[in-house]
Amino acid sequence: MSIIETKVLTKTYGRIQAVRGIDLNIEKGEIFGLLGPNGAGKTTTIGMLCTIIRPTSGSASIAGYDIVKNPASVRRKVGIVFQDPTLDTVLTGYENLKLHALLYGVPANLREKRIREMLELVDLADRCNDLTRTYSGGMRRRLELARGLLHRPAALFLDEPTLGLDPQTRTRIWDYIKKMAQKEQTTVVLTTHYMEEAERVCDRVGIIDHGRIIALDAPDNLKELMGGDLVVIRAQEPPAKKIKALPYVKEVKLDKDAIEITMKDAHLHLPELLSIIPDVECVEIRVPTLSDVFIRLTGRDIREDSAEDSGSWIDSVARYRQRGN
Amino acid sequence: MNGNRWQKELTGIYAVWWRELKVFQREKSRIVSSIVQPLMWLFLFGTGIGASVNISAVNYQDYIYPGVLTMSVLFGSVFFGLYIVWDRKLDVLKAVLVAPVSRISIFLGKVLGGCTDVMLQIIILFLFSFLFPSINPWGIPLAFLLLFITSIALVSMGLALGSLLESLEGFQVISSFLVFPLFFLSGALFPIDEKLPGWLVGLVKLNPLTYAVDGVRGALLNVNIFPFYIDLGVITFFAVIMFLLGSILFSRMK
Repeated sequence: MSIIETKVLTKTYGRIQAVRGIDLNIEKGEIFGLLGPNGAGKTTTIGMLCTIIRPTSGSASIAGYDIVKNPASVRRKVGIVFQDPTLDTVLTGYENLKLHALLYGVPANLREKRIREMLELVDLADRCNDLTRTYSGGMRRRLELARGLLHRPAALFLDEPTLGLDPQTRTRIWDYIKKMAQKEQTTVVLTTHYMEEAERVCDRVGIIDHGRIIALDAPDNLKELMGGDLVVIRAQEPPAKKIKALPYVKEVKLDKDAIEITMKDAHLHLPELLSIIPDVECVEIRVPTLSDVFIRLTGRDIREDSAEDSGSWIDSVARYRQRGN
Repeated sequence: MNGNRWQKELTGIYAVWWRELKVFQREKSRIVSSIVQPLMWLFLFGTGIGASVNISAVNYQDYIYPGVLTMSVLFGSVFFGLYIVWDRKLDVLKAVLVAPVSRISIFLGKVLGGCTDVMLQIIILFLFSFLFPSINPWGIPLAFLLLFITSIALVSMGLALGSLLESLEGFQVISSFLVFPLFFLSGALFPIDEKLPGWLVGLVKLNPLTYAVDGVRGALLNVNIFPFYIDLGVITFFAVIMFLLGSILFSRMK
């Protein structure tokens, strides 16, 4: 069953086409990643699905409600965690959740139980009576996740949930996202430009570039586009023909002093491969990542595009700091 | 279904109001200074000027007491409203604005929250009224009502301006060119009589706050220029206009 459906969803700002006709079907319970460089249209797409931005043309529905005709019902059905933190820092963690429960009309008899449940899920029960301005960046994000899921939305939208956090905290946040999605059986749609992280949590990803979805599949299937793993072997006289004849080898390229082999499941077949090459000096295996897929599809590195945005990343760190006191 | 919707909107209004009250409770230093400042006007400024000024039947301190109450409402309300510029800058409002509650309910919750803050301060200032011998304590409920309506008008005005402002730099401009003129031209500190130059009388009569000061002074001291129904009518009209304007601008705010 599709929870989210979009048909040629489009948004233009004057002459700029931010989103150029996106068609998506996201299933119930799925963790779906929208990947792409900054400015690709990820945030605009999410904004339209959350009814914050009005689409120029096309349509979309969430849990059966049309985002243009019935925005109030859509809002009740979605949870949102914005790119920049939006906690009320003069309120405690508990009070932030209570405010949200009231605003989303969580029935009074369920309110307290639900708040406790969510606080425990993100391991913040012991800090819930402290002002959120005393929380670390990771704790704030966790509280925002709890807040996003408090009213049992059909879909939870996460816009760059790990932006501005240190690597260790990022890993933890992804663990929480996975755990919560599973426990609450919620559909999660997230955007990120950390490809490796998306690979680990998403059931399916859509790669978006210049407002268009240019690839859409499970991460493993997308990586198939790369033709397999790359094994680089340095040896005196590699028997290129013999290697090429192996059933799992797809491509062989001979360099001056090394041989580059594109093959399937290198981790399984490597022992056999090495047994037919005499005098191996060194071996390197490169398993393709989504970043490689992105380069293959767009001819660019996602990080090149992101580099120009480092200013705003520093901004968001500064904002965290600013709110800390 | 319809009843359910109304209930959700009411809960939304309550939620925003509840949040403002929590914030108010935490800002103890702001409460203290919002009480101390008017007391300084009354006891330092009032005693100083009162020593050499003689106005109507009551002494000067008693005379400006209604004016200082109105001033507290003016400053407290407008700056409460303008504070949303800061809330927006910190994205505090963003999560509230995407909730399934109409903008008008959020606006109403904000207005009520601001009015509650301001009127709590006014109640504390009323506690000092026994120090002013000419004040009639039975007039306090009526004065409270007038000040409450004035507060609705001014919080709405502050929120309207706050919806338009992009940054906090506008704060100073509004303070100098709107809030202080409204205060000085309200007759809070001096009587509006034949001794004033004509241009000043004209400006004072254009200022809706003049009618708030006059009405409160009538209720507490029985000293007034305009009939009570004029005072009540003008500030109620002012409140309705500001509330409508504020709700429109707040709804359009990005």
